[in-house]
Amino acid sequence: MNRLRRGVVTGLVPAVVALLVSLVVLAVVLALLGVDPVKSLKALFDFGPTPRAESNQVRTWINRSVPLFLSGLAVSVGFRMNLFNIGVEGQYSVAAVVAAAAGAMVHLPRPLHIAFILLVAMAAGAAYASVPAVLKVKRGVNEVITTIMLNSIAVGLIAYLLRGPLHDPALPKNASPSTRPLPESAWFPGFRSVFESFGLQPPSREVGGFIFVAIVVGVIVAVLMSRTRFGFALRASGRNSTAAAASGIPAGRMTMQAMLLSGALAGLVGMPQVLGEDHAYGINFVAGLGFSGIAVALLGRNSPGGIAAAALLFAFLDRAGPSLQRVDIPPSVVIITQGVIVLSVVIVNEVARRMLERSEERRVGGARSATPPAAPQAAEVSA
Amino acid sequence: MSAPVATPARVDNTSRRRSLWRRIGFIATFGLVALSVTRLISGQEVLTDTGTAQAVLALTLPVALAGLGGLVCERAGVVNIGLEGMMILGTWGAGFAGYQWGPWAALAGAVLGGLFGGLLHAIATVTFGVDHIVSGVAINLLAAGAVRFLSELLYAGVAGGGPTQSPSIKGGTPTFDVPVLAGGPDLLGRLERTHLVLLSDVAGLLRGLLLHVNVFQVIGVLLFPLVGFVLWRTAFGLRLRSAGENPWAAESLGVNVIRAKYVAVLASGALAGLGGLFLVLFSGLYKEGQTGGRGYIGLAAMIFGNWRPGGLASGALLFGYTDAIRLRSTGSTAVLALFLFAAIAVGALGIWWLRQGRRMAGSAFIGLGVAFLLGYLGLDSLPNEVTTVTPYIVTLVVLAVSSQSLRPPKADGIPYRRGEDR
Amino acid sequence: MSTVSTERPDDADAPAGAPVIELRGITKRFPGVVANSDVNLTVGRGEVHAVVGENGAGKSTLMKTLYGMHQPDEGTILLEGRPVVFRTPTAAIAAGIGMVHQHFMLADNFTVLENIILGSEPERGGRIDFEAARAKVLQISDSYGLGLRPDRLVEDLSVADQQRVEIAKVLYRGARVLILDEPTAVLVPQEVDELFANLAGLRAEGLSVIFISHKLDEVLKVADRITVIRRGTTVGTADPRSVTARQLAEMMVGSELPVPETRESTVTDHVQLGVRGVTAVGSEGTTVLDDISFDLHRGEVVGFAGVEGNGQSELVEMLLGLVHPTAGSVTLDGEDITAWSTERRRERGIAFVPEDRHRQALLLDAPLWENRVLGHQWSQALFRRGFLRRRSARDDTSRIMREYDVRAPGPDTLAGALSGGNQQKLIIGRELEGGPSVLVAAHPTRGVDVGAQAAIWDRIRDARSDGLATLLISADLEELIGLSDTLYVILRGRLVARLDPATVTPEDLGSYMTGAAGDDGGAPATDPRPAPGTHPKGTPA
Repeated sequence: MNRLRRGVVTGLVPAVVALLVSLVVLAVVLALLGVDPVKSLKALFDFGPTPRAESNQVRTWINRSVPLFLSGLAVSVGFRMNLFNIGVEGQYSVAAVVAAAAGAMVHLPRPLHIAFILLVAMAAGAAYASVPAVLKVKRGVNEVITTIMLNSIAVGLIAYLLRGPLHDPALPKNASPSTRPLPESAWFPGFRSVFESFGLQPPSREVGGFIFVAIVVGVIVAVLMSRTRFGFALRASGRNSTAAAASGIPAGRMTMQAMLLSGALAGLVGMPQVLGEDHAYGINFVAGLGFSGIAVALLGRNSPGGIAAAALLFAFLDRAGPSLQRVDIPPSVVIITQGVIVLSVVIVNEVARRMLERSEERRVGGARSATPPAAPQAAEVSA
Repeated sequence: MSAPVATPARVDNTSRRRSLWRRIGFIATFGLVALSVTRLISGQEVLTDTGTAQAVLALTLPVALAGLGGLVCERAGVVNIGLEGMMILGTWGAGFAGYQWGPWAALAGAVLGGLFGGLLHAIATVTFGVDHIVSGVAINLLAAGAVRFLSELLYAGVAGGGPTQSPSIKGGTPTFDVPVLAGGPDLLGRLERTHLVLLSDVAGLLRGLLLHVNVFQVIGVLLFPLVGFVLWRTAFGLRLRSAGENPWAAESLGVNVIRAKYVAVLASGALAGLGGLFLVLFSGLYKEGQTGGRGYIGLAAMIFGNWRPGGLASGALLFGYTDAIRLRSTGSTAVLALFLFAAIAVGALGIWWLRQGRRMAGSAFIGLGVAFLLGYLGLDSLPNEVTTVTPYIVTLVVLAVSSQSLRPPKADGIPYRRGEDR
Repeated sequence: MSTVSTERPDDADAPAGAPVIELRGITKRFPGVVANSDVNLTVGRGEVHAVVGENGAGKSTLMKTLYGMHQPDEGTILLEGRPVVFRTPTAAIAAGIGMVHQHFMLADNFTVLENIILGSEPERGGRIDFEAARAKVLQISDSYGLGLRPDRLVEDLSVADQQRVEIAKVLYRGARVLILDEPTAVLVPQEVDELFANLAGLRAEGLSVIFISHKLDEVLKVADRITVIRRGTTVGTADPRSVTARQLAEMMVGSELPVPETRESTVTDHVQLGVRGVTAVGSEGTTVLDDISFDLHRGEVVGFAGVEGNGQSELVEMLLGLVHPTAGSVTLDGEDITAWSTERRRERGIAFVPEDRHRQALLLDAPLWENRVLGHQWSQALFRRGFLRRRSARDDTSRIMREYDVRAPGPDTLAGALSGGNQQKLIIGRELEGGPSVLVAAHPTRGVDVGAQAAIWDRIRDARSDGLATLLISADLEELIGLSDTLYVILRGRLVARLDPATVTPEDLGSYMTGAAGDDGGAPATDPRPAPGTHPKGTPA
């Protein structure tokens, strides 16, 4: 009752308010720039001219939301520990190229093969995240700057690896670089028959099955954060590292563990594409998921459920590209929408937090006056 | 009980500053000598010639100005991660105004673009109390999306423009040559051509700063002493810094902390935007991704410089120099030559630390110096990708080395609300 | 004991001269509480007027109204007979009212000069005129004997010196009325005397001083008139020459002030915590703990007195395992724990009540039950095989709230919403409930109202008779002397004296704390009782 109400008030209400605010702001900005806001909104909800096109867009929607969800999850683990892992971008790319190359070099039965690739990806992501972690713990360097630098370094590193050691020798000279293709035992199965049970036409290509892995991972992370000793220690250290340290939770160790976990989760972000679609790492590999992950984590308030909803929202906006182009609206309106949403969300969240604080103080003050009088005090005023 | 009358103890502050200048002088001299020696041994003229110095100036200013923006902002207690976004907005504004109305309009466009980003950050952090880093990250996301959207919208159908770039800037920027030393008799040029150790290097570097200087660069450079003067010698500056050290104390004395923070954040946006102008002038147009993380590198330079304009400038110079060498190097030979320089510098630092008794750090750095030396001797060339990321690696190393004995403003990053109790 | 000359004007029945400040019917409300209700106060010219009340009575709130930090909801302020409204501190400053805050409002990285002139900088041609500023500051320093050094960084100054900078700040702006908020909370007795001499100087110049305190002995020494505030409203005015401390206390809290006295000795032979030759080095490379040795027995309270910054915090950190000593050893129940982590020490029974509860003990944004769990991650009652037992934690928190009288709606309340006293009671409760063998308590009743203070003292006493070994650090000398069985003085990281609380006076204690006693060349005073490690004289409980 009480907890549920508080959960709704702190989580859902600010998100909805923020979305409404964003819509209004966006409408104004678009109108000022000469773009019809109503037409844009309609196009956003337009899934396509034919039933098959509709199903294809639904497929895109689901497929896009999975890596976004994983990325948001990775970032949120860092956020819980008051760490800004902006480096998810670099971590997931490095993890993907390493895992793709490693996966192409072994032959295992399917479940083992896929598990192997996933483990390599997580290890690579964690390893790349360990650099800013060590710098922070040992030298006190702010992780925002180091992770951003490492993102740029990752671009060069990957380009070098693709051209050099991890290059697929079977490719013709002028083809764009890529790692060796993965054998079929490493292909992640997809599905599309479920569409028929909904009365829809199946899409041209399958929906990635990785969504189930993502759901499992989400549940594990949720349980880990809220119900285990490790999660308690991590959240406590993120809230107040001094008090946590005095309570037996060393800040340095928590920082390392949080960053490594965040990096490991980041490693999974590229897996849907590598395992389910391209079956290799090439220049088609999607970039920018790390930054979108930050937006999704902020919007989802660091809770796996919220992040899932936010990922679905952002993927919903992403998939509307073709529909927008069809009515001559630049598809980058989606990006600017996402940006406006993020900014509104952080502001509304803060306002909501303050309102909650005051109502809490009022509630406690009321409870105090109902009990036998002690010396009254305003919250923390040493009167 | 009477305590002794205080003798004006100016000794404390000035003696500290004097020893600081002495240390800076020593390091600068050592750096020049090491560079000169590297040039002689490697034969890479490009390390200290005029063209490089010009490039250094052009490439340092964006980073330095972004860092200066960060400095002003953090001195008032607001962390500004969004400098990159503000710089992006600045480049876009410069491109948009510049292709239509020329370089001076580009200047205005850059400043206005950055100011807009600064305004958003100020509203979010100062008025609404949003976490500074979160707000900065949000602004970076928004800025990146906004410039793509605006370019798609406004450059569709414009010759030379597109969703990721603007048409070229109309007209060129006014430049001049400093007489005697760089123009006319060109004394420095003559000195440079002698190829004498140290003298030629100094001449080359100096000449690059005095040849084809453009007005905007002069403005940019002058901003540094100006900001230093304002922050440390005027009442406004004292109040701004107090907002970053102890805003509650300032408030209790009647200082309008909110206004000071707003001015600081807006100024930081304007400065970052101005930094973007130089990127646009260098390429001749706005291009998406031009900033390349320089907003963040500016922050790193600010941390390296201990939140003081002089230190910040030296940090930015380090980056600008590596960037310039990378650009002017044919293949990767010059960058490789920098390995030798790094070997000398890092090795010297290692020896210095050993003498101070810091054995682990000292031996680690000596080992690193040896590694650099071996790299220089053994490698013929570096892969292209490695040279592109050199500046970022340099930034990382600089941060790792300098992050310990720092003194950020005491209330930096702490949310402040008027009238609240600490 | 030095005497302070506090000349009082002849007629003390009426305020000296016309009233300078008059507060009539001031009422101020905050969300959930009424901080001030119909408060009346009159202060005359050249008068030192004390405002007394316990922690939480509403004194600071009242002063903030007078100083313009907030507006009263009802009532008027009269300055020299004319009603005024102070919308901002600037207005109050301009009217000649200056506030010296309890928690100093100083920028550590600024110099003394910069701190003083901030907001009122003398300018010449657009730049700050540092010469004029320095001259004026030195002039003030000389006139009032403040001993200021304008170019020192504030963070390098002692607490007493910092307070003098605060006083200079208001004098620089031409204050005629000074408000001092709990000025002696951080001073040792000798420094208090110096402060009172300063105040006498101010009074002689015709300035008025409003002196807020809850230390009744000092107030009786220095004040011309006393106003008592209780639960946000004025109880009455008193003449220090005719009223006793006990009567004042009764006006303040409606009964006698609780006294932290312990009766029979419960000290045993068993050494629970042994510290031998501990030396520690701080981040700057200086020695912060120098060859510290002492024993803490079961059933004993060992108190440590010292001016803030002489190693107490470092001692606490060392005992908790946050910092490791470079030499020496620490044993718990005979076992060497010198290298143990904080987690292990907590698990083995070392409990901790820190001096800054917001920073070191609480998660303000978290509910009370999560705060109860904090520090007890090893507890089988709260965790099973790595999983949090939420129901147990909440039930246990409710139980602690009942037993320790923590006033809040329930275990889901956010910790930040509670009053200081209730927060502290929760902390004491959670720490004692773990069944510890050693309690490290640093300033356990700082900023806590009288009721909670008495409750906390009771708890410590009860636990002591049950065998708990307590290490007590406090700046409240009464608390130290009253609760401790053994008293050490720490100065510059060394234990310079071991004293018997039954015989030592606050003045003596103050001398040891500032080093005045030991410097006379005489041997440091030691307790006639046997030194640590030998058989104690006290009868076991």
